[in-house]
Amino acid sequence: MPTDQTPDTPAQGNGGVPRVQFEDVVKRFGSTTVLDNLNFTVGHGERVTLIGPSGSGKTTILRLLMTLEHLTDGYIWVDGDPLTHARQDGKRVELRSKQIAQVRKRIGMVFQQFNLFPNMTVVDNVIEAPIHVLGQSKEQARENALSLLDKVGLSHRVDAHPSQLSGGQQQRVAIARAMAMDPEILLLDEVTSALDPELVGDVLAVLKDVAASTDITMLIVTHEMQFARDVSDRVMMFDSGHIIEEGHPDKIFSDPDHERTQKFLQAVI
Amino acid sequence: MWDNQLFLESIPILLEAFLKITLVVTVLSSILAALLGLVWAIGLRELPGWAAAPLRFVLDFIRMTPLPVHLLVIYYAFNNLSAMTVGVLVFGVHYSTYMAESYRAGIESIRKGQWEAATALSLPASRTWRAVILPQAIRNTLPSLGNWAIAMFKDTPFLIFISVPEMVTKAREFGGQNFSYVESMTVAGVLFLVASYPTAVLMRKLEKKLAY
Repeated sequence: MPTDQTPDTPAQGNGGVPRVQFEDVVKRFGSTTVLDNLNFTVGHGERVTLIGPSGSGKTTILRLLMTLEHLTDGYIWVDGDPLTHARQDGKRVELRSKQIAQVRKRIGMVFQQFNLFPNMTVVDNVIEAPIHVLGQSKEQARENALSLLDKVGLSHRVDAHPSQLSGGQQQRVAIARAMAMDPEILLLDEVTSALDPELVGDVLAVLKDVAASTDITMLIVTHEMQFARDVSDRVMMFDSGHIIEEGHPDKIFSDPDHERTQKFLQAVI
Repeated sequence: MWDNQLFLESIPILLEAFLKITLVVTVLSSILAALLGLVWAIGLRELPGWAAAPLRFVLDFIRMTPLPVHLLVIYYAFNNLSAMTVGVLVFGVHYSTYMAESYRAGIESIRKGQWEAATALSLPASRTWRAVILPQAIRNTLPSLGNWAIAMFKDTPFLIFISVPEMVTKAREFGGQNFSYVESMTVAGVLFLVASYPTAVLMRKLEKKLAY
């Protein structure tokens, strides 16, 4: 496990092992190469926003980290542990699904389309994984779920079904559901893109609260540039699967070096 | 000529055959078909290719060959089994191949995001099926399963091939003895309708009850 490749990554604890490391990551869909030898690290507690035009590979990065896509080549390390592929005697070997699950448990994700389970009530959505994955007792999981649902402002809808909630409410439940697994890493994949404009604010407020009150490492794909500016420590600008520029949000948003970044920001802000 | 006397006389005889044979075979076979169909559908999805391909072939084979042939083959191949047992097994297995297709469609109608959310929460496969996928898929599948059960019910006269005294066989017998088939066959037809219709209504109710 190399630890010396990341001289300019901030906020590293844990003996210099980054929270997340992408090493020579390649992802192809058929003959289309989405990510081509991508390398980056994310430090402990760091909040990184991925920006760039659609098709630039941002969402694919989150989906690879959540093991929703198969890694074509390269390695992803979480706290130095291999996520889906390990190096053994110089060879790249795929891990078994049980091993993958061990590391994946540290990662949570909130989706653009919420993806709540429609056959379960709000509270059942939140307690499902803590009970059946973490082995919490029903009472313990429920107590924790109620406190999380209170934090996202939905303590009055715990017994509703997702179909009875607005998009914004569903997304807040999805955030509570991800948080109930006590993740070390939270992936936010365009979480406000499917929402009516007037519902975006509540969801972002909840996420800002999560960012402020925890030290969870976050990887964020968003078009909400103000939100990105408010919560991130670092912004990475992607184009065609490559990081073309990265830095502190103040720098990237006010004074980007790269022309491609300037054009992109002009188009979205 | 219609004979009221024969009509009334045939009712208790046919009703008995209906309750003892037709209904029993339909209920037991439907349960068997619904369970096996689910096993096939999950198997086709979860098994590795080398195991799923032969399963698919066997299911296609059963679905694309006539039920009476299955009845006769199994009846004569396993002559230690009672005709009734053969009937229940063959109807159950035959219709399980149709129900598997219904389940498959129900499972495929579940949005990809549901599987992805289950993965993101690290739910084990068994739990994903049981708590997330099947409750939604079965709700979508239920009307179709009900239709197959009714179709099976209407196929029960095929039991005549293995000499199970089901209702239509009895109606034919009764007609032969009295030189008039219209009355007893009418009773048989009405009994089929009387049973099918409430079943269809019941399925619709169940569907509504499972909605969320």
